[in-house]
Amino acid sequence: MAHIWRMIAQRLGFGLLTLFVVSIIIFGATELLPGDFAQAVLGQAATPEAVANIRRELGLDQPVYVRYFDWLFGVMQGDFGTSLAQRGRPVSEMIMSRLGNTFFLAIYAAAMAVPLALTLGVLVALWRNSLFDRVANSTALSAISFPEFFVAYILIFVLAQSGYFPSMARMPAGADLGEKLYRAFLPALTLTLVVTAHMMRMTRAAIINLLASPYIEMARLKGMRPSRVIIRHALPNAIAPIANVVAINLAYLITGVVVVEVVFVYPGLGQLMVDSVSRRDIPVVQAIALIFAAAYVLLNLTADVISTLSNPRLMHRT
Amino acid sequence: MGFLIFLFWAAITLGVAIAAAWGFRAVAAAVTRGEMRRALRNAPLTASFGMLVIFIYLVVAILAPLIAPFPERTVVGSQFIPWSAEHWLGTDALGRDMFSRMIYGTRNTVGIAFATTALAFLIGSVFGLLAATVGGWLDQGLSRLVDVMMAIPSLIFALLLLTIFGTSILTLILVIAVIDSTRVFRLARAVTEGVVVMDYIEAARLRGEGLGYLITREILPNVTAPLVAEFGLRFCFVFLSISALSFLGLGIQPPTADWGSMVRENATLITFGDITPLLPAGAIALLTVAVNFVVDWQLYRASGLKE
Repeated sequence: MAHIWRMIAQRLGFGLLTLFVVSIIIFGATELLPGDFAQAVLGQAATPEAVANIRRELGLDQPVYVRYFDWLFGVMQGDFGTSLAQRGRPVSEMIMSRLGNTFFLAIYAAAMAVPLALTLGVLVALWRNSLFDRVANSTALSAISFPEFFVAYILIFVLAQSGYFPSMARMPAGADLGEKLYRAFLPALTLTLVVTAHMMRMTRAAIINLLASPYIEMARLKGMRPSRVIIRHALPNAIAPIANVVAINLAYLITGVVVVEVVFVYPGLGQLMVDSVSRRDIPVVQAIALIFAAAYVLLNLTADVISTLSNPRLMHRT
Repeated sequence: MGFLIFLFWAAITLGVAIAAAWGFRAVAAAVTRGEMRRALRNAPLTASFGMLVIFIYLVVAILAPLIAPFPERTVVGSQFIPWSAEHWLGTDALGRDMFSRMIYGTRNTVGIAFATTALAFLIGSVFGLLAATVGGWLDQGLSRLVDVMMAIPSLIFALLLLTIFGTSILTLILVIAVIDSTRVFRLARAVTEGVVVMDYIEAARLRGEGLGYLITREILPNVTAPLVAEFGLRFCFVFLSISALSFLGLGIQPPTADWGSMVRENATLITFGDITPLLPAGAIALLTVAVNFVVDWQLYRASGLKE
């Protein structure tokens, strides 16, 4: 047991290190700005006095590393600084109200997509080269090629037109769970469709790869029932690749969520980020980028830990 | 009833697509010679359909000013005119001709995506080749840098960089190319690693050949094939991310005609049951599907699999 904990601690430490470097990149990117942060904020109104004022106000007269550690320690305590576009409003306050909504949407989509994709993936792998496999595969290939907003607008056109579901996913405060599920259905369905296609193809590839291994053939030759071959021999070994597939695709959700939130005017982080990019509200963008990157790193880390746990040989690799 | 009509049109579209793909394959096989002809004649219908679509897009992009009935940026009528004989696809939110903007959009959107992919490949493969050939600290440094850059989701990273540098076509191309070159770097490095351990590289090294000769004469010819196949897939990714950014209003800026922003500008029409804004999005999807079909075929051919 001890070596398992050590492995997890090791991976976690590595994840933290990655996150630390990512935070340096996210913070340091602003240093690439030609001229100065203060000048960029003021634009045309950049008189020397105003620039000096803003520089002092934002602490820009401090050296880079001082500002970085100030920012980092602030972030650790949940303080992301203040917004530039809405003067004096703390970024954490803007984010907090939306963070829950984005997580809700992502979990909602994942709850629909993961079982669906895994079932379909296993089925097409078992019946590979059948008509069902071909149809499912080419449908998935087309769905991957569609931009998210195309899928979203087709759904709006087909489903919202007929009045079954609202096309604007505004979230009234104090809505109960059923109401929330109903209102977020179309955005979640869009994400599900996009992610399922990816996940199904990857699951299929993973399972087919697995079914080609000698011990499966051995089990078949022993005269074992096909269902038992799958459940006893194939599935336990499929956990690693499937965990990987799920984690990669949930990470993919992070990117998809941005576009889908904009299409459906869903009050989440992605929408806030897009608005902040066009207003060039750098502290907000930095904070959200850090949150998304942290989620991404964490998901990849989880996949790594699960696949190591399910395959003891990997434990002795390092 | 509506569903049956939909099925009817879907069947007709599919039939026309198959016939067009078949016809294109026959024509293409007739005008080419030798190895190329043999490959084309045995191409699956999906691949020839893909090639046909890419061919049409190319022709439209090159001849855009000749085909388009109206100029790209001129207001030619009132807003949101429905489809008519004069304005085939109606007009957009400012009264510009949708059909003409679709045609100019081919040139702008596809051209920019292509330029970005080419740049990403240039950056990624040069550094990938260098890292794998030189090795040592250069390899370590570049690989760790790429690892860290890939730890940030690409769309999020692009949004961050666009906030800092502002949104213009040039920054868009540079930002996406740099972010995407990390993926090319990984592949180029991995493929080159397999080649540099070969005996003929060792022989060339012992002969005293320089780094430039090694890369261009000995390594590059052996890593081109996988990189070319990857180009198609990368193009799809770049094309989709540029469209997504344009759709978010952060990519290609108006008044340049571009499919992503055309969807955004006219999206309100969809809620009134007008499918016009879906057409640019469909054009994006069609090209991506076509490229994917061709890449699939090429990968299949390269792997020599006959199942």
